[in-house]
Amino acid sequence: MRVRFLAFAAAALAAASLMTAPAVAQDKSIIVSSTTSTQDSGLFGYILPKFKEKTGIDVKVVAQGTGQALDTARRGDADVVFVHAKAQEEKFVAEGWGVKRYPVMYNDFVLIGPKSDPAKVKGKDILSALKAIHDAGAPFVSRGDKSGTHAAELRLWKEAELDPAGSKPSWYREIGQGMGAALNTANAMGAYVLADRGTWISFKNKEQLEILVEGDERLFNQYGVILVNPEKHPHVKKEYGQQFIDWLISDEGQQAIAEYKIEGQQLFFPNAKSGS
Amino acid sequence: MLDRTAHNVAIGAGVVGSDLPIRLTGVDYRAGTVSILCGIDLEISAGLPTVLLGPNGSGKTTLLKLVMGLIAPTAGTITYNGRERPTPGSRAFVFQKPMMLRRSVAANVAYALKAAGRRPDRLEIARLLAEVGLAGMEDRPARKLSGGEQQRLALARALAREPEVLFLDEPTASLDPASTKAVEDIVARVARSGVKIVMTTHDLGQARRLASEVVFLAKGRLIERAPAEAFFTQPATDEARRFVAGELVL
Amino acid sequence: MEASSALELILTGDATLFAIVRLSLLVTLSATFFAALIGLPLGAIVALTNFPGRHAVIVVLNGLMGLPPVVVGLLVFLLLSRSGPLGPLGLLFTPTAMVIAQTVLITPIIAALSRQVIEDLWTEYREELMAMEVGPLTRVKTLLWDARYSLVTILLAGFGRAAAEVGAVMIVGGNIENFTRVMTTTIALETSKGNLPLAIGLGMVLITLIIFVNALAWAVRRWSEAHAG
Repeated sequence: MRVRFLAFAAAALAAASLMTAPAVAQDKSIIVSSTTSTQDSGLFGYILPKFKEKTGIDVKVVAQGTGQALDTARRGDADVVFVHAKAQEEKFVAEGWGVKRYPVMYNDFVLIGPKSDPAKVKGKDILSALKAIHDAGAPFVSRGDKSGTHAAELRLWKEAELDPAGSKPSWYREIGQGMGAALNTANAMGAYVLADRGTWISFKNKEQLEILVEGDERLFNQYGVILVNPEKHPHVKKEYGQQFIDWLISDEGQQAIAEYKIEGQQLFFPNAKSGS
Repeated sequence: MLDRTAHNVAIGAGVVGSDLPIRLTGVDYRAGTVSILCGIDLEISAGLPTVLLGPNGSGKTTLLKLVMGLIAPTAGTITYNGRERPTPGSRAFVFQKPMMLRRSVAANVAYALKAAGRRPDRLEIARLLAEVGLAGMEDRPARKLSGGEQQRLALARALAREPEVLFLDEPTASLDPASTKAVEDIVARVARSGVKIVMTTHDLGQARRLASEVVFLAKGRLIERAPAEAFFTQPATDEARRFVAGELVL
Repeated sequence: MEASSALELILTGDATLFAIVRLSLLVTLSATFFAALIGLPLGAIVALTNFPGRHAVIVVLNGLMGLPPVVVGLLVFLLLSRSGPLGPLGLLFTPTAMVIAQTVLITPIIAALSRQVIEDLWTEYREELMAMEVGPLTRVKTLLWDARYSLVTILLAGFGRAAAEVGAVMIVGGNIENFTRVMTTTIALETSKGNLPLAIGLGMVLITLIIFVNALAWAVRRWSEAHAG
């Protein structure tokens, strides 16, 4: 009986010692802090294996909101940051946390809402649509998590000369969560929500939701990639990180981005040469 | 041998290395403000069984634990053959409700052997179990034994210590007559083998069957100490007389 | 994905799913192991010794049983971040960081519960072990061994808590695919992608695993109890 009991304990111990194996085996790797939209849409799952095949470098993606992703990089916990909030990215570089920002690609935002469309926004431009939601007091879900999408949403309200995030009316609901959670919430509440097209297309729980506003130039969403400054954080793997950035903006990387499609739709449009 | 005798004379007591006699002088024991024992003077010498007799609550168990050294007196002194500390491994104690280690019968005995610094030899375990009538029950879980069997296992554990003095606290208080007889037979046999028995009981019949000397307690005081024969035929005190007569002594 | 997809993944022995389950088990078993290594002796010491402030320690230990995983995650994150005191070790976003966070999470549970069990057993054993003149170290060994079934149940409680939590491993592990992604973070991710059937399927797998581990421990316990009491 004592033997059995000890055998059980030993099994747990053996399991514990195996633990170290995966941690050691991953030397040639970088950590990229990025946004939920790039991960949830499946883009990384498509392009990273191609990059690894070419260079042997493992890219570990930590998907967070843009604000948190930049903060993670600022703390030195990532080698490369790959996000979509141009103003914040430029500030990040200006403050010396990043080496240089490279435009990579864009996708676009879409205004999602219930098929019943209580505020009658379908087909409008984005600013009139937001005004209509505001005037109707129709429920609107905001990410409220300082993500790139959240920043874009706030910028659009400002352009529409409205400030629900400041006045906080009851129809404006900040959930402080990621894109998928925001869509789930909007679906459950019959609310409007601003989403990136990539997450929307790959989102499985659409039910009563559909795209109501799209194609407006103001909805374009630029992604940039930045190497974390090794002068601030000497442990940053600058060679591998730069290799990743170089590959993303190379013809090969750009083509890989363009190739990624869900249900026949292209999600991201590479623009390393022409983008801003 | 000459040396030894000379030494014995020098300390005016028993055999060298022995804990006997155990001498209590003016021993009090209080739990908080409640006095459990008061002014006990007593000498326990080598020889046949000493039985601490008295009604429930008279302080028998407390006295036994004091003598064993499990608790310290609030006042007074206890000496073991003139020394303040008893020899390690010289005493064993069987509790009224013995604790059973959550192990097999054999492992319980093995544990006691190891605690006494002896090798937990299989033959020795078998011999001890046979002595208490538990032969062949080595692999049974100790806690699944009956009350009487548990009491006998506790005896085997105590004997594993090869004690000079064996303390037993109401060893048959919750047992049926058959189990009581089994335990008493073992105690009598152990006593004949030369181990000093000090036990408590509130059972007059048991005291008659086992005692060579009776120490009678009531209300925390030592009322009477006498050879068993004398105690039962001619109790010297009124309390003892009433107790022996089967009256309720409170 | 269809509702049956999680089941399909299991039945077809999907390699990714297998890796996720394996990592979950490794991280949580390791955390349980280390938490036991710290928590059991800690519980025994608090149970068996008297020192000033002992009652305060017991209250704090009991209180820490309810540590919110997110708070633990955040603390370990701040500790292991490159800008934190242990930053140079480079442990953030690794399985090791997840083991540390879960260890911190469940050590108080194991210490507090084992303290109670050992103290109760000590009350029962105290006089008898004194009468056998057993030394302090042997006492501790005796109590730990004789309380082994209850202690295993306590370890399982810790295991269950660690296996079920998502907040701490999400923060310190980063939910990196093929590296720090475990069952709970996968479930959170699939939920956020609106992939509810797969999320629920994985949830079922997780619950089944936890029940399986408990059943195994229960069987060992029943078997041993029948043979040792």
